[in-house]
Amino acid sequence: MDAETTTGFIELDDVEKVFDVRRKTGFMRGERHRVRAVDSISFRVARGEMVGYIGPNGAGKSTTIKMLTGILTPSGGRLRVAGIDPSRERTRLAHRIGVVFGQRTTLWWDLPLRDSYRLMHRMYRIPDARYRENLDRCVELLDLGELLDVPVRQLSLGQRMRGDIAAALLHDPEVLYLDEPTIGLDVVSKSRVRGFLRDLNAERGTTVLLTTHDLTDIEQLCKRVMVIDHGRLMYDGALAGLHEVGESERTLVVDLERQLPPIRLESAPSVRTVKVEGPRQWLAFPASESAAPLVARIAADYPLVDLSVREPDIEAVIAKMYESATGM
Amino acid sequence: MADTTGAVEVAGAADVPGGRLADWPEEVFARRPRFVEGVRAYGLIAMMWLRSTMAYRASFALTAFGNFAATAFDFVAILLMFSHVDRLGGYTLPEIALLYGVSGTAFGFADLLLGSMDRLGRRVRDGTLDTLLVRPVPVLAQVAADRFALRRLGRVLQGALVLGYALVALDIAWSPLKVAMVPLMLLSGAAIFGALFVAGAAFQFVAQDAAQVQNAFTYGGNTLLQYPPSVFAKDLVRGVTFVVPLAFVNWLPALYVLGREYPLGLPDWVAFLPPLVAGLFWLPAGLAWRAGLRAYRSTGS
Repeated sequence: MDAETTTGFIELDDVEKVFDVRRKTGFMRGERHRVRAVDSISFRVARGEMVGYIGPNGAGKSTTIKMLTGILTPSGGRLRVAGIDPSRERTRLAHRIGVVFGQRTTLWWDLPLRDSYRLMHRMYRIPDARYRENLDRCVELLDLGELLDVPVRQLSLGQRMRGDIAAALLHDPEVLYLDEPTIGLDVVSKSRVRGFLRDLNAERGTTVLLTTHDLTDIEQLCKRVMVIDHGRLMYDGALAGLHEVGESERTLVVDLERQLPPIRLESAPSVRTVKVEGPRQWLAFPASESAAPLVARIAADYPLVDLSVREPDIEAVIAKMYESATGM
Repeated sequence: MADTTGAVEVAGAADVPGGRLADWPEEVFARRPRFVEGVRAYGLIAMMWLRSTMAYRASFALTAFGNFAATAFDFVAILLMFSHVDRLGGYTLPEIALLYGVSGTAFGFADLLLGSMDRLGRRVRDGTLDTLLVRPVPVLAQVAADRFALRRLGRVLQGALVLGYALVALDIAWSPLKVAMVPLMLLSGAAIFGALFVAGAAFQFVAQDAAQVQNAFTYGGNTLLQYPPSVFAKDLVRGVTFVVPLAFVNWLPALYVLGREYPLGLPDWVAFLPPLVAGLFWLPAGLAWRAGLRAYRSTGS
């Protein structure tokens, strides 16, 4: 972690959330057991950072976001957003944060998009000039111009998501939380949302924390990623670093002149030939190693025609990580 | 590696001192009384619902009429009974109409303003309550204004018509105090029903499928109060006097207006207690709401 992030805009120290879950075992009878949805998580996010927060379903992502927004009270630990304890001063914090729940719109179903924005204007007491300025900017960048007078129920999913993001930004929040902002969107809508978030972060310095299942979101937006599983922070760092932690492999695809038995390199025991299909062979090698010496060795011993290197599939890396975590 | 063009500027942005909020006028963040904030938020949200319903004018007209007609049949049933008997539980038709009119109107007002609170359980279940918790205004006001519908005025109108009939038809010696009693009953009655709506909603934080339990007390209570206490068992009358203070909506004050004897041997002055009772009932209802919200925020379901 960078030295500058030690005093963060968002600060979590050993934050926990424990739920008492009651399971019905019969009429009026139940078993209680405790579930640690978030188990002693600590991290800092500096102002202006853009962080991806990922993990499988039920890992504790949403619970963390709910604590950061003040919806849920932590069971233990210390939590601050912009110096405010969210659960104690929820309504004061509300002026400084924007929240987008990907699967729950906050827009008014039967009313034109514009009306929902007017409500935000009044509810957050946004100064008129500021409101117009922010609305104009969102309308332009999210391409909402023609949608403002359309009832929300007639909008497509992608249009509605853009509308929701705009609604969360009219009051100039310093931090924006997005829970699955691209879920269910088509490719074009996804890239538009991503482009907007990138610009927002770069130009306005808005701190962004997003949860997602789509790792492309993270790849294109966040230089920092946090992986959570079973309520614990498994990884916090650059996306690239995940490969090393996850012991991932890259794949070298080689085309030989003719069909040959699987390539075997005595000098490189970490390389495995995983597949042979006619003259084409697939070799797996650790992502941390360089491909160049390997290619040189193959070229020396085999009649090489063509080759390509495939980067490890990040989803596979993370899936591997989850597996090793549960195996512990 | 993946596109990290944004990351370069991010480092620079982190140096921006303070937020953009710094140049917002101070009064935006001024601390205001929660009640005032709540009423303002209620108004804002209720207006949104009014505009939403205006998107379907025909539907609005039909449901408003339906609401009026459905409640009107209630009273028609009472009229039918009186076509066979002269008195019901010892009460004449205008007397019953007074009880009915006061309860119906008071309940109508509470239902108009807070009637959607029984949807809280559903909001908890589907998670949409969370979207209200991230707003800078009181949650109670947002939940109360949810699905605000003017069609509920149909109920108020119907109650008011019956009350109007009672006031014209009653053959009693009106004193200034008895006249003042009428608006007093309506206001404190609406407040008592309102507290009941809030308490019922608070219960739904714990039991999310309890909307029908709440309705049993609110709508059921209203139906109960439309008949004189003399037709009910003593224990029931005790319950709605001392446990859930519904008897203060109309029974006790109306019996004073009618110059009738009190149930349970209660003294005359209880007729003047409704405003006090309403205030006292709001206290536990408000506390229950806070406790419910706190429980929700610690369990999330």
